[in-house]
Amino acid sequence: MAQQTLAGSRIRERRVMAGLRQAELARQVGISGSYLNLIEHNRRRIGGKLLNDIAQALNVEPSLLSEGAEAALLSALREAAAETEAVVPELERGDEFAGRFPGWAGLIAEQHKRLRSLEHTAATLTDRLTHDPHLATSVHEMLTMVTAIRSTAGILADTKEIEPEWRNRFHRNLNEDSLRLAEGAEQLVAYLDDAGDASGGMTLPLEEVEAMLAAHKFRFDSLVNATPDALSSFIDNQPQLTSDAARDMAMTVVRQLRADARLLSLDMLERQLGDGKVEPARIASDYGVPLSTVLRRLAAVSDDLLPIPLGLVMCDASGTLMLRKPIEGFAIPRFSGACPKWPLFQALSRPMQALRQTVTMTGREAKRFDCYAVSEPIGTIQVNVAPLYHSYMLIVPLEEAGEAEAAVGSSCRVCPLEQCEGRREPSLLADVG
Amino acid sequence: MGKNVLVIEDEPNIIEAISFILSRDGWSVATHSNGHDAVGVVQEAMPDLVILDVMLPGKTGYDILRELRSEDATQGLPVLMLTAKGQVKDREMAERAGASRFMTKPFSNAEVLNAVRELVAG
Repeated sequence: MAQQTLAGSRIRERRVMAGLRQAELARQVGISGSYLNLIEHNRRRIGGKLLNDIAQALNVEPSLLSEGAEAALLSALREAAAETEAVVPELERGDEFAGRFPGWAGLIAEQHKRLRSLEHTAATLTDRLTHDPHLATSVHEMLTMVTAIRSTAGILADTKEIEPEWRNRFHRNLNEDSLRLAEGAEQLVAYLDDAGDASGGMTLPLEEVEAMLAAHKFRFDSLVNATPDALSSFIDNQPQLTSDAARDMAMTVVRQLRADARLLSLDMLERQLGDGKVEPARIASDYGVPLSTVLRRLAAVSDDLLPIPLGLVMCDASGTLMLRKPIEGFAIPRFSGACPKWPLFQALSRPMQALRQTVTMTGREAKRFDCYAVSEPIGTIQVNVAPLYHSYMLIVPLEEAGEAEAAVGSSCRVCPLEQCEGRREPSLLADVG
Repeated sequence: MGKNVLVIEDEPNIIEAISFILSRDGWSVATHSNGHDAVGVVQEAMPDLVILDVMLPGKTGYDILRELRSEDATQGLPVLMLTAKGQVKDREMAERAGASRFMTKPFSNAEVLNAVRELVAG
């Protein structure tokens, strides 16, 4: 607790070191100068989003402000120690090590950080290679060409006496296959180049839509009264949307979010969230709006109205993820199938029933989340026609420790949970044979 | 005339190369290039061994193999599966479907020839 109360002093120290005026830092993180002054004199507690924002503005780790440099270093050393099995470090002497050899301790912490970053990159690339249909097809096609070339070349090299007719045929085959291989390689390189360019790897319309939504923080309140022409113009002018398909998909999503904003204004939600509690069912009941509207709207306004942003994910009845608002600690896969234990998918089997489940995300940080999910029919209800459903899940981070009802992952490829009946494929992170 | 091998593969130049090396080794080779009616073709030809690609137009090699294994006449037929996917799960799928052996592309001519000889020799 003593450490927490000194967070303000550390903020002040770091701000002065960065050459920032109090008012300037306050403006950057969206609070008043007088409030920052109270924080810096340890007269107001600080945590959550505001601490993260200040840390980001000062370009330091949040733990450096909340716990101090030594605590951040010790925490990193403990994390590094926890992840190794081959060596057993003297955990009880961590303080002494960091104190006597701060440089070496810092080096271990830095290497550990880099290792985690590389693991994350490997998981992302594997995710893409395994689940990107275009990439998988291209690689398959090229391997087939390589096989034909290798086999044909082997025949020409190893067969001592070969009839001219056969030899000519194999030469022609080699020529054809090498041309196809070259063409396939060029196309693959062009595809990978596009995926890795400055636009952040946006290759699919859905990715472009997500980038556009993220740029607007999922908020389209300013379009509530926009005419159809103004709305079209708005969509046409979004730089992230480069194809007609992306613009069409974006229009559908923006119309929905705009309709949500009409039903639940910022003022209404500000009143509901005044006590800091997130209670979707109460909001739906108080204003008589569908729960899915509340879930989408809460995710959209949370960046501005709550200390910690809320996440959102939506899927159709096939389980395909169609909308993602990721948040820290709850990774939502882009290409691979998500964890089947998410309440999002449970809701599909119980349409119109509101579900709430506290879950722990598997992995090093093991963060806890309250998940609210509901699936609702789409389109017009018709006689003797089975409706289709969309399922939504709001993800609310929980800061306090406690029990979770279920451990869930992101996707099987990056989930270390060994005993899981929902596992579809082996994990990269552990032997789950 | 040697024993009969049926090659079910949709890439014509791979068919041609495999046919050539097996013919030179004394095998009688028949070929087929789509999955749709492959089961019927196998049942009619009743070869001593089938070389079966996984990715075929019309029906996958796994489905064809499962159907062959469900019939008495082809239950014990040696089947060498070829695939460009070499992951553990692909190998497991081939084993579950009943493959006698699984070979990952790109393979060498000698590997194919050895596998065919061993499988038919039992």
